[in-house]
Amino acid sequence: MTDTLASWLQSDAPTSRRQAVAGNAYRAVRSILTNPTAMAGLLIVVLLILMAIFAPLLSGGKSPLDQDLAMRLAAPSAAHWFGTDELGRDILARTLYGARVTLTIVLLVSVVVVPIGLAVGTIAGYRGGWIDALLMRITDIFLAFPRLILALAFAAALGPGIENAVIAISLTAWPPYARIARSETLTIARSDFVQAAVLQGASTWRILFRHIVPLCLSSVIVRLTLDMAGIILTAAGLGFLGLGAQPPTAEWGAMVSSGRDVILDQWWVATIPGLAIFIVSLGFNLLGDGLRDVFDPKSA
Amino acid sequence: MSEPLLVVDNLEVTFPGRTQAIRAVRNASFTLGRERLGIVGESGSGKSTTGRALLGLVPRPGIVTAKTMSYEGKDLLHCSERDGQSLRGRRMSMVMQDPKYSLNPVKTVGRQIGETCRLHLRTGRRETEQRTLAMLEAVQIRDPERVFHLFPHQLSGGMGQRVMIAMMLIAEPDLLIADEPTSALDVTVQNEVLRILDDLVRDRGMGLILISHNLTVVSSFCDRVLIMYGGRIVEECAARDLQNARHPYTRALVAATPSLDNPRAELATVIRDPEWLK
Amino acid sequence: MTFEAPSVETMVRPALGRRVATIAQRIISFLATLAVTFVGLTAVTFFISRLTKIDPVLSVVGDKATKAAYDLAYHALGLDQPLVVQYLIYLKRLLSGDFGMSVLTSQPVLSDLLRVFPATLELSTVAIIIGVAVGVPAGVVAAARKGRWQDHVIRVVGLFGYSVPVFWLGLIGLFILYGQLGWVAGTGRLDVFYDGEVTPRTGLMLVDAALDGNWEIFSNAFSHLILPAGILGYFSLAYIARMTRSFMIDQLGQEYVTAARIKGNSFWRTVWRHAFPNIMVPLITVIGLSYASLLEGAVLTETVFAWPGLGLYITHALFNSDMNAVLGGTVLVGSVFITINLVCDLLYKLFDPRLRSQ
Repeated sequence: MTDTLASWLQSDAPTSRRQAVAGNAYRAVRSILTNPTAMAGLLIVVLLILMAIFAPLLSGGKSPLDQDLAMRLAAPSAAHWFGTDELGRDILARTLYGARVTLTIVLLVSVVVVPIGLAVGTIAGYRGGWIDALLMRITDIFLAFPRLILALAFAAALGPGIENAVIAISLTAWPPYARIARSETLTIARSDFVQAAVLQGASTWRILFRHIVPLCLSSVIVRLTLDMAGIILTAAGLGFLGLGAQPPTAEWGAMVSSGRDVILDQWWVATIPGLAIFIVSLGFNLLGDGLRDVFDPKSA
Repeated sequence: MSEPLLVVDNLEVTFPGRTQAIRAVRNASFTLGRERLGIVGESGSGKSTTGRALLGLVPRPGIVTAKTMSYEGKDLLHCSERDGQSLRGRRMSMVMQDPKYSLNPVKTVGRQIGETCRLHLRTGRRETEQRTLAMLEAVQIRDPERVFHLFPHQLSGGMGQRVMIAMMLIAEPDLLIADEPTSALDVTVQNEVLRILDDLVRDRGMGLILISHNLTVVSSFCDRVLIMYGGRIVEECAARDLQNARHPYTRALVAATPSLDNPRAELATVIRDPEWLK
Repeated sequence: MTFEAPSVETMVRPALGRRVATIAQRIISFLATLAVTFVGLTAVTFFISRLTKIDPVLSVVGDKATKAAYDLAYHALGLDQPLVVQYLIYLKRLLSGDFGMSVLTSQPVLSDLLRVFPATLELSTVAIIIGVAVGVPAGVVAAARKGRWQDHVIRVVGLFGYSVPVFWLGLIGLFILYGQLGWVAGTGRLDVFYDGEVTPRTGLMLVDAALDGNWEIFSNAFSHLILPAGILGYFSLAYIARMTRSFMIDQLGQEYVTAARIKGNSFWRTVWRHAFPNIMVPLITVIGLSYASLLEGAVLTETVFAWPGLGLYITHALFNSDMNAVLGGTVLVGSVFITINLVCDLLYKLFDPRLRSQ
């Protein structure tokens, strides 16, 4: 039974669209599985997701919000594997719950940035002319902005909080996706099957949506994964400065900041959450590198 | 023809791959004196790799082995890197296919040619310049002083290839390997470049290995011809004896060459026998 | 694209006049883009300033002002004008150097910015020197030894540079190198002990101390500078090494490199004397871009190291809701960032070797 499934997936001459799509997906997954960088990155990302989902379980039932001033700044021990912070909260629990915040930011930014980038890029690439010029000018302008500083300024104006941090980051993060989508669109729009769809009377929206966007997706996903690390670092930076998730919510950047004053004596308060940021960022970088090797080896 | 310049016995070049190794050159054996040897084959036949193996420039991860590979008695296979460097350019040299890519874009023609001179003959600046200009004249470049200061992208294909020849012959090597020297050039320019090569090789009494996919050029230019297919040498004969070649691949190649003297209604195609790859 | 005129050696380079015109065209287009982007940046900062929940009138007249005074100030600030006109007034003020007043320091924001800028300049410059001095050779070696252990080590070190949060690395650095080992000095530019002892000529501590001949202060300033500059330099070198490696791998696969070996050049001589000159132009633009991004990285680094530069100024202003200062700093950093980015873009297009043959 598995034999026939495998040969169906690996067939060089797929007989249906389903088979072709499934076959491509199968080959992509196999390439990822054999690529050590991608696997390492994938492992870390999966770990992040698991940490976030199972935080209550993994923290041994401890809450990230419970203060215990008698136990403040305790060193790592059996009772508190990663020690406690300046308010006596268990750092392991806070780190685990902090994964949820990180994941939330990652997802929200992706959900905002990818559609905007795809929309701007595909429309610019497909329509050409002055629409293209205008949209690309706007994209270039946003591309030239300094990401962190602008995010700071926005957060300063809008006030702290996760949603505002997400908006601030998204505003400067979308341009590369517009660029990618546009360059892919320019290639695809000239191809025969798009011309055929036009002749069939398909509307612009239909063509963009069902034909062009799906083909841009792989480049966009690779780029997104690579950008993810930068986004996490920017978000952590904002958290470090007190913009972002507000206390008492556990957020890794803010945790590093609160550990700053005691770094010389109680090093674990700042080190552990920072390590978490580092490892997750590393994971996305590895995964992105690996995905790029699989989907777009020329640009490696 | 006294001592052979080059002795090659059982040369093997293998590229280890992920699933299987690629044997680019298999059991190649030949000798070369101060004569012209042509190596003919299609892409992938191993002819270029053979040339690079002789110079010790097979790219990683290629592995080169041979029972013997020696130049004027010196072992090419096991020589040190320093010995290799003193051989390259000075005793053995190679002219590559496309001057658009084989000349350094950011250095002037004069500097690139002069470098070979300075590396091996240790000449001072003035003497290097004189020799370079003399060499440019030798390859029939009409305005050597002007061309001396040009950059490669300012040269036409024919000029670029002449610069390449000048660059590789200025240190007066005894052996020249010409790897598809005219394949990137327009037909009108090919003959000129070949003639220049012809004159220089004859005047200096050099040995020449001409690597090409073009049987006609090789057969008219060279004394002996090696035919390569699938990494193997399948035929070795004198250029004038090509009509009487024995291997079916060679015969097919000869038959496939169009001729103005004997026009045919249909050109023969080469039907490959998998047996040839064994 | 070259063309062959049979048996006539033609010069393929276009006439001098045409080339000058193309370059002029490119420069004009660059200036236009610069202007438009600057307008875009100021539009964004203007928009942000209008987003803020703080009433700008109140911050001028105070909470206890009468309605008449409020209305007067409202009119004087131009807040009753349409938004576009307000923006143009804002833009005009910026261009004449009026960035508003800082609530914190009660000084004009611009003079504040100019006061703190040299500290950031010193930090970034030393950082980029480290980045180039280590990153470029590292990238070259990684490319030349591609696939071998040198390459892997360099790539891993670079990868870490992309993944580690700068503020965390700064704290760890302080903890280990200052707290535990005492190899470097702590936060700030100088020990408190030396405060005010250096004649402020350029604002660059190392230069001023050297000009004073005061080597004790010089070495103290250096030991304060080395850790933050080293950390920023690490980020810079991670990026520079990666790009250098990528450029060099491209070049080392080219035929002219093999030709250089055929001539008898040794491997490393070929790498440095033949291949490397071909990447210098894109490399310079990469270094420029890295320098621009160092300005950003400085924000967090300065916060950790209490380094009195632009970044610290902006974050301080942030914590005290001093919007004029925040936005003024944003405009300054943003403008420098944009200018460097666009200049590098222009340089690249002007000197891209691929476009040379056209």
